[in-house]
Amino acid sequence: CSAAGPASTMPVPCSHCQKSSAVLRRPKTGHSLCRPCFFWAFEEEVHQTIASARLFRPGETVGIGASGGKDSTVLAHVLKVLNERHGYGLNLILLSVDEGITGYRDDSLETVKRNQQQYDLPLKIVSYEELYGWTMDAIVKQVGLKNNCTFCGVFRRQALDRGAMMLGVDKICTGHNADDVAETVLMNFLRGDIARLRRCTAITTGSEGAIPRCKPLKYAYEKEIVLYAYFKKLDYFSTECVYSPNAYRGHARAFLKDLESVRPSAIVDVIHSGENLSVKEDVRMPVQGTCARCGYISSQRLCKACVLLEGLNRGLPKLGIGKHHRLHEKLLARQPLTEQEERKLRAEEF
Amino acid sequence: MCQIHEEYQDHMVENTSIPSISQKCVKCKEGSAVLVIRVGDAFCRGCFKEYFVHKFRAMLGKTRLIFPGEKVLLALSGGPASSSMLSQVQEGLSREAPKKLRFIPGIVYIDEGSACGQSLEERAGRIAQMESIFQATGFPFYVVHLEEVFRLPSSVLQCVSSIPGKPGGSYKAAVDQFIQDSQLFEAQSRLSELSTQDRPEEEVRTSGGRPFTFTLQETKAVERLLDSVKTLTAKEQILQMLRHHLIVHTARVKGYSKVMMGDSCSRLAVKLLSNISLGRGASLAMDTGFSDPRYGDITIIRPMREYSSKEIAFYNKMFGVSSVFIPNLGTKAPEKASIQRLTESFVNKLQMDFPSTISTIYRTSEKLNTACPQLSSDQEQAERCLLCLCALDTGAAEASAFRATLVSEQLSQKSCPEPPPGLSAPGLQRRPAGDERTDCCGSGGGSRCSADEDASSPDPRSLLCYSCRLIIKDMTSVETLPPYIVLETEHRRRRAQMREEISEFLLDPAQELCAALES
Repeated sequence: CSAAGPASTMPVPCSHCQKSSAVLRRPKTGHSLCRPCFFWAFEEEVHQTIASARLFRPGETVGIGASGGKDSTVLAHVLKVLNERHGYGLNLILLSVDEGITGYRDDSLETVKRNQQQYDLPLKIVSYEELYGWTMDAIVKQVGLKNNCTFCGVFRRQALDRGAMMLGVDKICTGHNADDVAETVLMNFLRGDIARLRRCTAITTGSEGAIPRCKPLKYAYEKEIVLYAYFKKLDYFSTECVYSPNAYRGHARAFLKDLESVRPSAIVDVIHSGENLSVKEDVRMPVQGTCARCGYISSQRLCKACVLLEGLNRGLPKLGIGKHHRLHEKLLARQPLTEQEERKLRAEEF
Repeated sequence: MCQIHEEYQDHMVENTSIPSISQKCVKCKEGSAVLVIRVGDAFCRGCFKEYFVHKFRAMLGKTRLIFPGEKVLLALSGGPASSSMLSQVQEGLSREAPKKLRFIPGIVYIDEGSACGQSLEERAGRIAQMESIFQATGFPFYVVHLEEVFRLPSSVLQCVSSIPGKPGGSYKAAVDQFIQDSQLFEAQSRLSELSTQDRPEEEVRTSGGRPFTFTLQETKAVERLLDSVKTLTAKEQILQMLRHHLIVHTARVKGYSKVMMGDSCSRLAVKLLSNISLGRGASLAMDTGFSDPRYGDITIIRPMREYSSKEIAFYNKMFGVSSVFIPNLGTKAPEKASIQRLTESFVNKLQMDFPSTISTIYRTSEKLNTACPQLSSDQEQAERCLLCLCALDTGAAEASAFRATLVSEQLSQKSCPEPPPGLSAPGLQRRPAGDERTDCCGSGGGSRCSADEDASSPDPRSLLCYSCRLIIKDMTSVETLPPYIVLETEHRRRRAQMREEISEFLLDPAQELCAALES
């Protein structure tokens, strides 16, 4: 393999076409490429991922989870390009979730709406407010800034599914990139979450009953996604969420970035490790069932979203934080909790 | 196991009072506490010793891997953990109690001075220091120099089959079998001593006042080898690999069937996370588990894996276990110098904020599978990595990180006339629902990895696992590798070619394997 070209003022030829001069060095491989060759390589890699993992079948309706951020914007663009180039025969739809975060999601949804016109794709927006009766702003008001990401994450997952069901979508694609997957492997390892560790590298997830989800950008480096968006001049929204990010994930993320700086292949190396972990057969795994209230997949009697929602509606936001499985029967029967049980579950005083 | 209550426990921990000086030992309730091991558990001196000693014996007792009278080689680095392991073995053997440990220990020390550019005087000084510790134990000991990798036989890279005891069988039956076999084994090991040694190595054992047993050229060769490795990450990996090979070879030549390594829980947590980052996910359990069967006849065991480095440090200090500081490649290197160093500082920092980090990582590893295919036929040999002897993880499915990397490399290089075989992923249209995967996957796709490179090149890459390929990728030249690796590369290439030639006459390999096992 060839090493990265010497860093000099001399124009470096593209290592693929060997004609044009290179404009970038690929973060993933270290090769120097010209603009068209990079576009081609990036798109074809996604195509190889899609083809080799057999993500889609002709005629399917595919919902693209679109947040307006770089990953989903690039995903929507590339899928549209590939759908035409390789004749996938897919019916693409943009699917957005409005969490109700003022100063963040309202702005990013504007980007999605522009994307809809630029790419000429139908768009569906589902909001937390219409699905759950709560916006994230209202949730944060009740629970504070400590566990708010739990609510948002759980609700988003289900909201995307519900939106997809309304549209009769066959599959959902999300913009998770290689960095996200590697980060999740590291995080689940650090937390000892063996069940998630096993699932998190799967390119397609979802069992019977649920709409399958896939990650066509699973092997695309975040940096290359940014490069692609930059050179394609794609319109995307890049602001961090106004509510504090997940602290523990932040550690894993920082570590992964450091690893990448030491050895650029580390990201894909971590994914390779995750894909090849073998878990002992006798390790107990949660059994997947369905929620007794809403019918969504759940390993407990009630799914996390229903418990969180119940907590919000009862004014006991901590009901869904941590594990309170023993209370599920009471919740299902809509019985009141005892004073002692309630005391632990109230919001902390600010 | 009961994760349900974990969250509550966290709260309880917060509420426990901070132990004070005057506190009594939680165990005997009499002696005054001298140290806190875990939150809330304050031990007195006597109880701490008992706890520490018991843990070691319990580890060996419950795993039941070491047989009475078996020769066990202790791999010592001079650091706190392995020194502590040595003291535990001494303690266990000196006992008059009926539960006295009953194996026969020996010590091996690998002198890696040449890897860190130490002068001969420095090295002699350190070796003398180590030897005085070893002599005090009365155990036989072997000081092996890194230079000796240039004299290793290629058999080090072959997994020697041992008759695998049935996993479900009783310990007693296994012991009887061991005693029966040991006579035979004695004879065999003497034989192997004769057959594998290029030169008489006896003088290595006591270098005393005598000069070193390697040549200056060999020292230069070690330096050349390490100079040809561009990154500290790969240097550390290669050094560890060479060290393992030397230890295993020493064990074989001297007739030991078990090797004890002193990896502590803290060390293993770092190793687990760094190995994940190095792409060694598939062999994680082998690299860090209690027993490591990859060499076949020699099993590596890690009896210190339940001790934290803090416990070890306290024990060593309180009971006068001396350890020697030996600088290594990573010493004084900046945090981001290598993946291993980076991971170490990351884990240690995280441990400060989240005190359960190390034990959680360690417990995660307990849930991983150690069961490696315990087969030893010739086919199997080809399925193992040439360098680390772990099962090859490169024959992966079509949609995998490994394949994705190959695709990226391919697409970034000079355009080739046709896509590489196995990568010509079929278009979607040609894949109607429920078709059978006949063409590109399975056998065809897997063999590509070994067939695509020039068979005559000395590049061993196609014989390596994912992670070991990364080592070679970081090298400027593979010609600096010790001869035993080059020899084994050629050997495996030839075997592969032979197999290719006679392939049409071979029956189903799985069947053949079964037949080999039955006979």
